Amino acid sequence: MSYVLIVGAKSDIAKATAREYAKNGYDIYLAARKSSELDEFANDLRVRTEQEIKVLELDVLDYKSHQKFYDDLAEKPLGVITAVGYLGEQKSAAIDFRESQKIIDTNYTGVVSLLNIITNDFEERRSGFIVGISSVAGDRGRKSNYIYGSAKAALSTYLSGLRNRLNDTKVHVMTVKPGFVATAMTEGMDLPEKLTAQPEEVASDIFKAQQSNTNILYTKWIWKWVMLIIKHIPEFMFKKMNI
Amino acid sequence: MSLLSWGLYPRIANKVFTFKTSNDLSSVLSDNDELIPYGNGRSYGDSALSANIVNVKPHDYFISFDAKKGLLHAEAGVLLSEILEAYVPKGWFLKVTPGTKLITIGGAIASDIHGKNHHVEGCFSECVKEFEIMLADGKTVVCSKDKTPELFKATCGGQGLTGVILSAKIYLKKINSQYIQQTTIKTKNLQETFDAFEKYQDLPYSVAWIDCLAKDEHIGKCLLMVGDFKDDGDLDYKNKTGLSIPFTFPSFALNNFTVKAFNWLYYGKAKDGISKQKVGIDTFFYPLDAIGHWNRIYGKNGFTQYQFILPKETSFQGLKEILTAISKSGKGSFLAVLKLYGKANENYLSFPIEGYSLALDFKIEKGLFKLLDELDKIIVKYSGRIYLTKDVRVSKETFEQGYPHIDTFRQYRKDNKMDVKFQSLQSKRVGI
Repeated sequence: MSYVLIVGAKSDIAKATAREYAKNGYDIYLAARKSSELDEFANDLRVRTEQEIKVLELDVLDYKSHQKFYDDLAEKPLGVITAVGYLGEQKSAAIDFRESQKIIDTNYTGVVSLLNIITNDFEERRSGFIVGISSVAGDRGRKSNYIYGSAKAALSTYLSGLRNRLNDTKVHVMTVKPGFVATAMTEGMDLPEKLTAQPEEVASDIFKAQQSNTNILYTKWIWKWVMLIIKHIPEFMFKKMNI
Repeated sequence: MSLLSWGLYPRIANKVFTFKTSNDLSSVLSDNDELIPYGNGRSYGDSALSANIVNVKPHDYFISFDAKKGLLHAEAGVLLSEILEAYVPKGWFLKVTPGTKLITIGGAIASDIHGKNHHVEGCFSECVKEFEIMLADGKTVVCSKDKTPELFKATCGGQGLTGVILSAKIYLKKINSQYIQQTTIKTKNLQETFDAFEKYQDLPYSVAWIDCLAKDEHIGKCLLMVGDFKDDGDLDYKNKTGLSIPFTFPSFALNNFTVKAFNWLYYGKAKDGISKQKVGIDTFFYPLDAIGHWNRIYGKNGFTQYQFILPKETSFQGLKEILTAISKSGKGSFLAVLKLYGKANENYLSFPIEGYSLALDFKIEKGLFKLLDELDKIIVKYSGRIYLTKDVRVSKETFEQGYPHIDTFRQYRKDNKMDVKFQSLQSKRVGI
């Protein structure tokens, strides 16, 4: 038995990733809030792959519950993938701190609370992998989504720190930075086709990169170069740009 | 972002509806007319294009598999490729598959697709036990050949014009290898091609690639490929993804010269006479799927596939005339696929009848539709018909003459208030 724990399992990227891992012979824990909504998807995975699939209730914002959630897993996972993401509304976040806080806590605080616990276990066992799905939005702050972007920036920095801390163990940490992905989160946005990945492409990139112990994965790959350019635009110019 | 069909022509603005629950879909249906369901966008022409599109592709859950009966229950958006990926390793294959595995189950039913084994297994509807469909009034019914024969006959091959297929139960067939023992027969003219088709009729799979630019006594020369699954127990099948055409080629990239070169290479690489090969599922059934977005090689103006079928009695004369006309026009067709079909089924709009079908790809350019209108005349003369799933331009008159059940289909749509609710560019053009 070999479980991979997928946190935030209702997102399109999480589902595609679950399919990719199940297809490659892993059993899957699907964890999310209102997890009964995942029952049909779990059934889909079982019919496709005949792997063990378990649906678990987990609220990333209910920090106090995290230790018990992890302790209750009869079989500890050999890897964890966090696909928690809440884009929120930048405009309302700018005037309503509650929306800002929800964005920050969902994308960052909740993931930290959970990964702290899991990391300690993996470190002690000296095995496992941690994949955190961050975002290219965390590479530079833009007026259109800087609350979300800054939460993802914090997550990327956290993952980088974990990677450094765990370097002497066999635990590998990978940061995933997707660019545009055609998901429910981006539905209705007019995304440029060439820069937009399907969730299945992201999932397949994640699987391959994780298996070869990649540290930072941009997906689609072209985003590595797009972000390299964006990161190097001098601030005096960048601040004037309408992006 | 507006959706396109595989031929990248025509480009029209459309509104795309998605739905989570059947209640959502039911309100989409009650609030809008001129709707057409859309799967993976692999039909070539305008059969899945309309002002309002219902995107069924995201509904891609497997529901159950009965390994005793080989019966798969899955949502309509599941791709055939996903079925192969899950079940070939367990010794199952599709009873009927077209030349691409990148279509949805819903699309396979709506086109009542057929494959290289039509002369043995018939159309896709033969393996459909039942399907769940939402009708114009927003109600969902389970439809099978026995329980609701009219709805079944109207929906299989009905191009999505009877409702939105939500899920289906389909039978798979047992296989004991991921390989096909293929025999390739190289012929010199149309008569030899016909003789070869007849001779190898007992093999379940057959298809021929025709060199459309051949002239005079060479007209109809082909590579006929026939085969059946091997029995070696090797089921270690992996779904491969290969090359992809990353951008749309300039329209001039594909011309008479490059097509000639392609045909020459393709025909030339085969040994004279009869040769045998062992090939994989993807090579045998889905050669073009290996090149993602191959539709882009025809340039931004797009392309169309002209596929027709002639009754067996008139096939030889008709094909000769048509191949001569194409050869004279000098318009190259990259792919010309010839096949001998088995008996027709009872579905109102299913394409196959007993006879020979030819499918040709043409890039959209000046003068093309005029040529195709000329070919239409020959087809009508020989009592043939055009395949709606590929079509983007056939006239109402030509279309009607090929499909004797057309009025039954029209009446059925009207009686069930489907005619206003479900429409495509194509249904309006050919008046269904």
